[in-house]
Amino acid sequence: MSFVKFENVDLAYAPGGALAIQDVSLEVKEGEFVAVVGPSGCGKSTLMKLISGLRMPSGGYVYVDGRQVGGPLKIVGMAFQNSNLLPWRTTLDNVMLPLEIVEPYRSTLKKERVRYEAEARQLLARVGLAGFEDKFPWELSGGMQQRASICRALIHQPRLLMLDEPFGALDAFTREELWCMLRDLWQQQPFTVILVTHDLREAVFLADTVYVMSKRPGRILVRREIELPRPRDLDVTYTDAFAGHVHELREHIGRVRAS
Amino acid sequence: MKVNLVKAAPWLVVAGMFLLWELICVGFAVPEFLLPAPSAVWKVGVEQFEPIMMHATQTFITTLAGFAIAVAVGLLIGMAVGSSPLLYRAMYPLLVGFNSIPKVAFVPVLVVWFGIGTVPAILTAFLISFFPVVVNVATGLATLEPELEDVLRSLGASRIDILGKVGLPRAMPYFFASLKVAITLAFVGSVIAETVASNLGIGYLMMSASSSMNMPLVFAGLIVIGVMGVVMYELFAFVEKRMTSWAHRKPDGAA
Repeated sequence: MSFVKFENVDLAYAPGGALAIQDVSLEVKEGEFVAVVGPSGCGKSTLMKLISGLRMPSGGYVYVDGRQVGGPLKIVGMAFQNSNLLPWRTTLDNVMLPLEIVEPYRSTLKKERVRYEAEARQLLARVGLAGFEDKFPWELSGGMQQRASICRALIHQPRLLMLDEPFGALDAFTREELWCMLRDLWQQQPFTVILVTHDLREAVFLADTVYVMSKRPGRILVRREIELPRPRDLDVTYTDAFAGHVHELREHIGRVRAS
Repeated sequence: MKVNLVKAAPWLVVAGMFLLWELICVGFAVPEFLLPAPSAVWKVGVEQFEPIMMHATQTFITTLAGFAIAVAVGLLIGMAVGSSPLLYRAMYPLLVGFNSIPKVAFVPVLVVWFGIGTVPAILTAFLISFFPVVVNVATGLATLEPELEDVLRSLGASRIDILGKVGLPRAMPYFFASLKVAITLAFVGSVIAETVASNLGIGYLMMSASSSMNMPLVFAGLIVIGVMGVVMYELFAFVEKRMTSWAHRKPDGAA
């Protein structure tokens, strides 16, 4: 059974206005790593808003975990290109923020603070931020901020992680480091990932399935399964199979942009 | 050496101003009923120390009372206006229009309502100083990053949650910055009201002194107001720095 399912979904931000996405149908299995690529402004971020329940579709249906989405879902974690860490909180307190909102953590936070804090420290250690827990976000590098931001998205153990170009503002080396960090997190403790990106290598390296979207109004043009063996190492990005996938996706994007 | 100069600079400027003022008065033999020299102001200040202090205390307390109301009301309106686009649109023209009315023109109305005395002065201080608090708090809340709001809303955060966890802490630097402006405006408000409609306070003291051509006393009053304003401004600047150090970090990353 599919975990996330779109059935002929349309969305117009203003009623009767131009469609941001049109007739999108897709299915994501539990534990699957999905990447959505497309030219900028193609409605990739709109997909995220629909899945997380921040927006209701103008037409069609969105199901998550077998139920139609009718409002914000608490089983979702999100991270964006901008880390959006709160500058008045330490890294640890930033990561703990969702626990102050989501049940059952919210009502047990006072009693279980020590345990939750230990969990947050452990998660930070897993992404290589041990020793930076009590630093403020502005004392961290861009890559470290993004790691912390992903920890914040995962601390309440969401079943679905949604990432909107999370590595878009980082330099190439840091970006590849974070690919591996995300890969490891996902492989150690399975959750479903929907990654919106315009980096095709990123999509092919990380995802099980890549969807290509068209220009506005966004439609799904192509669905490609990436059957590269796991666990994938960065070396895989230099193989012919990898290059073939990237090349093929690039051609689709090229056609979209030219049209 | 450089640090010392930076620290001493404001004192040097003030001393220089008084020196220049004294030299002009002495050099051009300016009559005292036009512009008293600082030495004459100082003399009258020492002579009349007690009445000046009595009136200054009155003005100070009046100002603080008006300022406190302004902070409370400003925070409330600012929070309402800043967290609801509808209220923002609805209230802003009215607030701006109200703020454009010269408050001195409003004092007679307050006198009719509340009589001569402390109440109109407190209210004038409040009316003149709450606007910057409203604007700054509203701005701080309204400029919340939409992605951050999405993160919280997708977790099921209520509006109150978002306001408490992110909106208000984020608006704090704006709020404390507005306090510095508001406290100086509050002095303007209370002194204006005292000159028109009171028999107490520095404003009244200056009014009665000028009617008897006691210009040194008028200037002593002006200087007392100025000093109180600077002291309160510095106090709130200090509080601002302490409360929102994260917003005043150095560019090199040191806190």
